[in-house]
Amino acid sequence: MGPSTGPNAAPAAEAVGLTKIYGGFTAVNSLSFQLARGETTALLGGNGAGKTTTIAMMLGLTRPSAGAVRILGYDIAADGAKARARMNFQSPYVDLPKRLTVRRNLMVYARLYGVPRPKEAAEAIAERLRLSEHLKKPTGALSAGQATRVGLAKALINDPELLLLDEPTASLDPDSADWVRSELEAWRARTGAAILMASHNMGEVERLAGRVLMMKAGRIVDDAKPSELLQKYGRGTLEEVFLHVARSSGEEDAA
Amino acid sequence: MSALNRIYALIERQWVLIGGSWPRLVDLFYWPLVQISVWGLIQMHVFAEVQSPGTVVLAAVLGAVLLWDVTWRSQLGLSLAYMEEIWSRNLGNLLVSPLSPAELISSLMAVSVMKTFIAMIPAVLVAAVFFGFNLFTVGLALPLFVLNLVAFGWSISLVAAGLVTRYGQGAQDMPWALMFGITPFCAVYYPVEVLPDLLQPVAMALPPAHIFEGLRALINEGALEFAALGWAFALNVVWLGGGVLLYAWMLRSARARGALTQIGE
Repeated sequence: MGPSTGPNAAPAAEAVGLTKIYGGFTAVNSLSFQLARGETTALLGGNGAGKTTTIAMMLGLTRPSAGAVRILGYDIAADGAKARARMNFQSPYVDLPKRLTVRRNLMVYARLYGVPRPKEAAEAIAERLRLSEHLKKPTGALSAGQATRVGLAKALINDPELLLLDEPTASLDPDSADWVRSELEAWRARTGAAILMASHNMGEVERLAGRVLMMKAGRIVDDAKPSELLQKYGRGTLEEVFLHVARSSGEEDAA
Repeated sequence: MSALNRIYALIERQWVLIGGSWPRLVDLFYWPLVQISVWGLIQMHVFAEVQSPGTVVLAAVLGAVLLWDVTWRSQLGLSLAYMEEIWSRNLGNLLVSPLSPAELISSLMAVSVMKTFIAMIPAVLVAAVFFGFNLFTVGLALPLFVLNLVAFGWSISLVAAGLVTRYGQGAQDMPWALMFGITPFCAVYYPVEVLPDLLQPVAMALPPAHIFEGLRALINEGALEFAALGWAFALNVVWLGGGVLLYAWMLRSARARGALTQIGE
């Protein structure tokens, strides 16, 4: 099945009635949203809210119980290969082979994503992410922060039109994290790509995200700009909003 | 072309791992060397004791040892390359890349062939130099035997890979357990008729039993049994097809249960 509205006109991603039920437990409950190109959206929620399951369904790693995901106009279940060539992701739940050098790992993924001249592409992305001096090192010999940047380099190797990030700066020191956020902002502005980012770092969300999808118990309870959320809840920071939503009962949310 | 590029990327990744680590290289041919040495020495001792030349029987046993190791190496070559992706928590990265499951399996099959050849060359040389058995005397049937045994090894590893994908690392001993469990029925070192009557149909459903019956006939009587080869090919189509289907089913089931996000943890 091809893209319904043409690959260039379609939103970066679209979830329609996305639902995941494990046994009797509903992990994700009928989510519907669109991600516009050139926009960074944060997916927020406490542990167990359904963020990782949502991202896994968008990647095609987990099959929805109901609903559908379209990436760049392609149905991820039916046309996954076409979609996956134009997206990428980074997550602390996956690693790159530790015994391979950084250069080799990046070259392998450049080939998998059909990037021309894999060696040059690996060196270019390594330079952009300040990894050039580590290219010859085994990936397993890097610090957690360096490994996170290598994971990000892998995620950017194909200049994806949609980038899914799960805790992108989780193991970075404040200086490295700040630098990575700047690099992500600049990359998005330059390429017009869309970013969907799950994060527990509210400062990061305030800085990077133009839109927040707040999840609770598998549902989206808020979909707004960060400034609108601060206004709605009468709070000074997103962290306070997050705590309010996470600790409130369902009745309060509905009210 | 892009599919070939993706397959090549994974083959090259495995090749670099093997070439860059002497323990991995040694591990490949260590066990086949031990196997052929032990069996060669046992046979020499037995025939010295009974003061019988026994050359033909010796050849049949050593041929079986070498060819059974081909099955083991091809099975472990695929299974361990797959497990490597799980142990390094890289499978998730691969499954969300443009690499299709068919391309992943194709690359692992190629890696399996590569590893099998590296593993078997020293053992074949030792058999020829120290025990006077030249595997190539089997003649033109040899590639047909090897092809069938490699294909059977793949079918077992696809079953094991499927179980590990679906049930996680708790099932990681499957590659070894399945092969050990199936060995008595494959009639590697003895004819099928040695098995109890009830178990003979089990053996006849396994491609290796036909290959080893064919090997014994070829070495003992100098006759290539085309019927045995035909059965082996036909059964391998069923086994390999079954392995592919089971892997695809297990992968689908793992996606449905959300198991792929936890694999490797």
